[in-house]
Amino acid sequence: MDLFKGLVLGQYVPVDSIVHRLDPRTKILATVLLLGVLFGVGAFAGLALLTAFLAGVALIARIGLRYLLRGIRPLFWLLVFAVVLQVFFGEPGGHPIARWGPVVVTRENVTQAAFYGWRLILLVLSTTLMTLVTSPVEFTDGLERLLRPLQRVGVPAHDLAMMMTIALRFIPTLLEEAEKIMKAQMARGAEFSRGSLATRARALIPLLVPLFVSAFRRADALAVAMEARCYRGGEGRTRMRPLELHVRDAVALLLVVAASVAALLRPAAG
Amino acid sequence: MIRCEHLTYIYGRGTPLAVQALTDVSLEIGAGEIVGVIGATGSGKSTLIQHMNGLLRPASGRVLLDDVDINASRVDRRRIRQQIGLLFQYPEQQLFEETVLADVAFGPRNLGLTEEEARARAHRALEQVGLPPDRFGSRSPFDLSGGEMRRAAIAGVLAMEPRMVILDEPTAGLDPVGRRDLLDHVRRLHHDRGLTVVLITHSMDAVAQLCERLLVLDRGRLVADGATRTVFADVARLTALGLGLPQVTRLAHRLRERGLPVRADLLTIEEARVAIREALAVRGRGPL
Repeated sequence: MDLFKGLVLGQYVPVDSIVHRLDPRTKILATVLLLGVLFGVGAFAGLALLTAFLAGVALIARIGLRYLLRGIRPLFWLLVFAVVLQVFFGEPGGHPIARWGPVVVTRENVTQAAFYGWRLILLVLSTTLMTLVTSPVEFTDGLERLLRPLQRVGVPAHDLAMMMTIALRFIPTLLEEAEKIMKAQMARGAEFSRGSLATRARALIPLLVPLFVSAFRRADALAVAMEARCYRGGEGRTRMRPLELHVRDAVALLLVVAASVAALLRPAAG
Repeated sequence: MIRCEHLTYIYGRGTPLAVQALTDVSLEIGAGEIVGVIGATGSGKSTLIQHMNGLLRPASGRVLLDDVDINASRVDRRRIRQQIGLLFQYPEQQLFEETVLADVAFGPRNLGLTEEEARARAHRALEQVGLPPDRFGSRSPFDLSGGEMRRAAIAGVLAMEPRMVILDEPTAGLDPVGRRDLLDHVRRLHHDRGLTVVLITHSMDAVAQLCERLLVLDRGRLVADGATRTVFADVARLTALGLGLPQVTRLAHRLRERGLPVRADLLTIEEARVAIREALAVRGRGPL
């Protein structure tokens, strides 16, 4: 029972590569930039260029492309839904290529659907790629550092980052625990994937009650452990590994900016 | 009754994090046996036993219950799980119902028994683990002590009325009294009711006292399978595998080093008492 096999997002792959060694701030900024650019791109050529760019980064980071593509799986149905909706109920007018009663499929709508689908895939892949090459601790460190200027306007940067670290840290733990409890209940004859929706919802009670009990117990233990080590927020806290920007970060950011500009500059076509 | 043939299992197959957890494990456990499974942390003990009731499917190899492949498509997995009861580590985490009785009856209810029959089974199972149902049945499982919760969870598996129970570290985290109580109950289930028992544990003392046969796992391979006494005789090998000896056996070795000719393969305190007396008699009650 590998129940959560499909879950790639948020799964750090600890290998050593120049991409992994980049400062987390660089990776976060690059991702945010790419996400922004993806919404601005108007042509297939731009998407193709960004796809090639992402594939290149994955290659350098030694992340298998097939593994990366698995990140789409949880969103598969959303993707299908969005594309189908666009194909059949897109803008009226254009060149019809098929017709079922009142429903007309036009060439323009098919092209649009392909474009949106592709863009959605790239949105997911770029964030997935970032989580694959950035450890959760680095990620939140980077985020905290990036949010620090906002502290002056009252954004609790440290606390947000700490909450995020804890949440990320406990995702795998809770998944593991959920799997264990699920198996324990299955050993007692429980079924989780059979019957009507109502039956299945009821079948979750023996899983959710123990999971919540244990999550609360863990939260309690964690709070005590943090207080025992004199945690009192970010005030005056020093770091074991301070973040440092290197030449490679500047180069990486320049490359991302270059790719973004190139993707945006292509004349609108298709 | 249960036979594993060339089991191999890989966690996270097809991802960069793949780990081979079992390699070519073959073994057979007969009805009425009480078998211990030992091995260092990460040696594949828990992975192995999850194959025995179909919670994990082997990457290659087969698991046969009474000569029927339990992973065959037409086999009802629920029936397998009824026959092979499996108790995970820290099983008190699986408790969820409002009362102890309802929780223990969860398994029987899943088997499609009537509410009455499920409750009757829950009653019997609670008796078997020493939690009188009239005192404990109506309490919330979350109000019990650690040891009581553990026993309630065991009752939850026994209520399925399995032919074989697999216990994964049933004494972990219990105090000495709780530990002894629990092992006593396991012994009684085996002796009085003829239940087949597979016991995973880090306690060499527990397996020495309870198990007739030992399976030793090392990094996913079965490296020893034999009578408890024979397995503990190979001290050098056990040490190399990161495992120890039962305290009584260790004592026997120490005494021999000091020149007292006791047998080296002692397993229980009673055996040791007899052997040390005999050895002392032979030596004419000289000082050690």
